[in-house]
Amino acid sequence: MEIIITKYGGLLLKAMGQTLILALYGLFFACIVGLIFGLMSVIKNKVCNVIAQVFVFVIRGVPMIVLAFFIYFGVPYFLNTIVGVGKQVTLTALQAGTICLTLNCGAYMAEIIRAGIQSVDIGQMEAGRSLGLSYAKTMRKIVMPQAIRTMIPSIINQFIITLKDTSILSVIGFPELVNSAKNVQANTFLSFQTWAVVGIMYLVVITILSYAAKLIERRMNRGR
Amino acid sequence: MEDRNVKIHVSNLRKCFGDLEVLQDISTDIYEGEVVVILGPSGSGKSTFLRCLNRLEEKTAGEIVIDGKDIYAKGVDINKMREDIVMVFQHFNLFNNFDVLGNMTLAPTMLKKASKEEAKDNAMKMLEKVDLVEKAHVYPAQLSGGQKQRVAIARALCMNPDIMLFDEPTSALDPEMVGEVLNVMKALAAEGMTMVIVTHEIGFAREVADRIIFMDGGYIVEEGTPEEVIGNPKEARTIDFLNKVL
Repeated sequence: MEIIITKYGGLLLKAMGQTLILALYGLFFACIVGLIFGLMSVIKNKVCNVIAQVFVFVIRGVPMIVLAFFIYFGVPYFLNTIVGVGKQVTLTALQAGTICLTLNCGAYMAEIIRAGIQSVDIGQMEAGRSLGLSYAKTMRKIVMPQAIRTMIPSIINQFIITLKDTSILSVIGFPELVNSAKNVQANTFLSFQTWAVVGIMYLVVITILSYAAKLIERRMNRGR
Repeated sequence: MEDRNVKIHVSNLRKCFGDLEVLQDISTDIYEGEVVVILGPSGSGKSTFLRCLNRLEEKTAGEIVIDGKDIYAKGVDINKMREDIVMVFQHFNLFNNFDVLGNMTLAPTMLKKASKEEAKDNAMKMLEKVDLVEKAHVYPAQLSGGQKQRVAIARALCMNPDIMLFDEPTSALDPEMVGEVLNVMKALAAEGMTMVIVTHEIGFAREVADRIIFMDGGYIVEEGTPEEVIGNPKEARTIDFLNKVL
């Protein structure tokens, strides 16, 4: 155990940094994608509803590892060989990983946001509309603030899942924690110690995240 | 009544939800300053009719003209129109994320009808009217049902409306709170507000209504003064209904 920590501790910490960077990028874009598709599924527009439904259906139905391979290998191959866009298209592992997390987490976020908005009593929207406020204004000032409160626990849960899902992206060679740990194991043959340390590292980060989330949740619920 | 201005003109209004015809053929005129009470059994279409008047429901056929303007015409600014014809709901629908004052000033300030200070001053005046000044900074969750509905009425009044629609305003209230809400509405009627009220309070209808419309099965079965419709109903359906509720 000591060898792993003293000799490879720095390397693993750095890899954890990469994990966090990837997760942060993914979550940031996933929030945007989730908001867009979430809103598209609640507005009164059949085309938007269907697009949002199909997006969620496809992403939810495909394992993330397949999505990762598809984006990292499949999409550049498609563009270069089948379509032939001229210059060679390649994605770095970070780019592909970010896209992958964005789509995956974005689809679940879209569902969380849709459910959150629909959990707000329809009367709130009707009251806003009947006072002459537009749909967008009512959504922004009245419905969304109430919806977000109910969404917070699910969003935090999704953040934690996405943080853990970054480990799947080791398969496309992104040097995040699991990928680096595999190298450590190969060098040392100390598989028990290596994976125990890695597991604890994930636990520590997620415990910190959960604790911060609890604080935010409590603050949001103040005065309710 | 002929020399008064027609405020709302409804002709041959129909409304279907899928195969269900909720409003069959509604035609009536509502005059400026008139207080019209709509009575009828549940499922008769009275709430739907009311909701068509500010386009919370879209009509299937027919025409509604308010102040000479067809509210279903293409290019009509429905948000602008709704500033003058506000609705009070059965379940109050106060904005839970704003305090009482916030509820009352939100729409006037967002729609640039008033500055923040003006809206606030006006809101305090309206709160005085419904006798709830001390609740200005309280959130809806901390109000009783009757207080919520009085705030909802005050919020509607902050828009300085021409017409007020009331959709069963006392049906969700405990019995001892009904009176306080009806008193506010009586005061409004006395001030000359044009009001269309869906209610089950027959006594209140008799007292404040200029005209009563009795609806059943998506039709207007009978209409007239309270003495005519409640005191001396002619249609069998009206008599039957009044026997059950009185």
